[in-house]
Amino acid sequence: MSTVPGAVVPGLPTRPGTTRAGRAPRGRLTARARHERNAGLAFVSPWVVGFLVFTAWPILYSLYLSLTDYDVLNDPTFVGLDNYRRMAADPQVRLALWNTLQYTVLQVPLYVVVALALALLLHQAGRARGFFRTAFFVPKMTPPVAVGVLLLMLFNGQYGLVNKVLAVFGIDGPSWTTDPVWIKPGLALVSLWGVGSAVVILLAALQDVPQDLHDAARVDGAGWWRRTWTITLPMISGALFFVTVVNTIAAFQMFTEAYSAYFGAGNSTYSNDAALFYVIYLFREGFQELHMGYASALAWLLFVIIMLVTAVQLLVSRRLVYYEGDQR
Amino acid sequence: MSAPATGTTTVPAAAASVPMPPPRAVRGDDRRRRRWLRGVVVAALVALTVVFVYPLVWLLSASFKPRSEVFDNRLVPAHPTLQNYLTVWESAPLALWLGNTLVVTALAATAVTVSSALVAWGFAHYRFRARGPLFGLVLATMMLPGAVTLIPTFLIWNQLGLVGTHVPLWAGNLFGSAFYIFLLRQFFLGLPREPFEAARLDGASEWTLFWRIAVPLCKPAMVLTFLFEAQASWTDLMRPLVYLQDSATFTVPRGLKAVIDQFGPGGESQWEVVVTASVITTVPMILLFFAGQRYFVQGISTTGSKG
Repeated sequence: MSTVPGAVVPGLPTRPGTTRAGRAPRGRLTARARHERNAGLAFVSPWVVGFLVFTAWPILYSLYLSLTDYDVLNDPTFVGLDNYRRMAADPQVRLALWNTLQYTVLQVPLYVVVALALALLLHQAGRARGFFRTAFFVPKMTPPVAVGVLLLMLFNGQYGLVNKVLAVFGIDGPSWTTDPVWIKPGLALVSLWGVGSAVVILLAALQDVPQDLHDAARVDGAGWWRRTWTITLPMISGALFFVTVVNTIAAFQMFTEAYSAYFGAGNSTYSNDAALFYVIYLFREGFQELHMGYASALAWLLFVIIMLVTAVQLLVSRRLVYYEGDQR
Repeated sequence: MSAPATGTTTVPAAAASVPMPPPRAVRGDDRRRRRWLRGVVVAALVALTVVFVYPLVWLLSASFKPRSEVFDNRLVPAHPTLQNYLTVWESAPLALWLGNTLVVTALAATAVTVSSALVAWGFAHYRFRARGPLFGLVLATMMLPGAVTLIPTFLIWNQLGLVGTHVPLWAGNLFGSAFYIFLLRQFFLGLPREPFEAARLDGASEWTLFWRIAVPLCKPAMVLTFLFEAQASWTDLMRPLVYLQDSATFTVPRGLKAVIDQFGPGGESQWEVVVTASVITTVPMILLFFAGQRYFVQGISTTGSKG
């Protein structure tokens, strides 16, 4: 509970008194320290190579590509900021951004609240907890393509199980998979099916909340609601924040479920404007239209947006998240 | 309402060290109310379990139904048939797809487990000046959206003439992956230093320390990494879409997408075929989960709360 990824960096656990041991006064290393450094560098070298080849270079190269016209077959031609200008005017970009934003704003709060509710419920389940936890987690194993199939079938407006169940309660269910208004809610609902991993994370955090805090509050007459708001939620705010950030980044990059349900691959070319999410548009521009330069510009915009959103969430968390044993 | 969770029932390891709660001043009415609430909680959980598990059962059941009954939502097929499995088997090279996926998944999971463990060990055990900044960089790459590097990475494999082969689906894993490096490092940091110093005095090489002592001690974390990556690799659609064009090279999710396009909404509307192919894609993952259930649940608990 004590750390977030960002917070780990400065406080790398080092054994007291050994951090700089063996280092001679001015930067020169003793034989032993040199041996240790070489061994360490040897062990981390696969990652360093991978980082240079598959992360650093691609980032720089995609920045360059975003300033070119490139279709893989012919050499890239430099076009300056044309791709970015085109993006600003492209109605499809606006549509994809708007779709993605709508989906994220809908899905993230829904997902986190449902995960929290299920975790709180599970926490009360006593001995049966393990069984129910498994039941909630199993759907998470379903390949997203198959989730797309389930979405198309169970949410089918005419024959689908979801609307049949709604009809039992006298509700006339919408055409989840064809009505542009309902496509994103349908996708958000189906994403709840994979809430299991978040539930497991939150449940683990709940089990770490010291019982004596609850006991003390109960002696003082605090009810379940009151204790949940003033003890439980602050104590698990770190895990809640983690779940929210990870899920926001994932929602922004929504691809597989929507793509497998609403877009043709290979020779099939059907598509659905209401399900055109940003990464789907990027993918189609890059790999179906072979507009690699333009798609690289799209990728850079996504990069910037995700960094901004994550930064904002980090700033907000400074105020809202409590870390046990925090040094701040 | 929350009191029975501790003390009377399965106590998580962390809570076991917490001193017993003081005797409660609750009697009679309160206790009856609590028992009633417990009943409500269990009933709600049972109902939710049905909601969560039913789609899988529905899918399995539908795969045994003839075309006219696929949407009838009956739990047990009225006219059970194996015809769909025969049809799928004949109309799609499923054995080939399953074989491809198995090979890719095994290579991807093995590669990432070994390489991430190496790197994690380097960060956990050795002290050198670049360690802090480098590990910071590892963490930073976790935040990087995959879409940013998608196109240049494709161009690298294209340049190497490997687009269309399975190599791009797993070879990137040979260099470790940030999330697993982070995870395994946490485990390695928990190991005591003494056995390593002792072995070093006995003349063991650094490789021996890693492979013969550290890895066996952190086997659960290695298994967890393998399982996580096996799932990620088996279920991936994006990369097979980018790198594979020939149907004979498809992985099952990519193949399932082809089946959807041919028999699903854009095609012939033979949903029973789509359903059956979905079952075949999903079942290996369910088996994987039950084989490694312990690791999955524990692993996710750890990554969330410690991460």
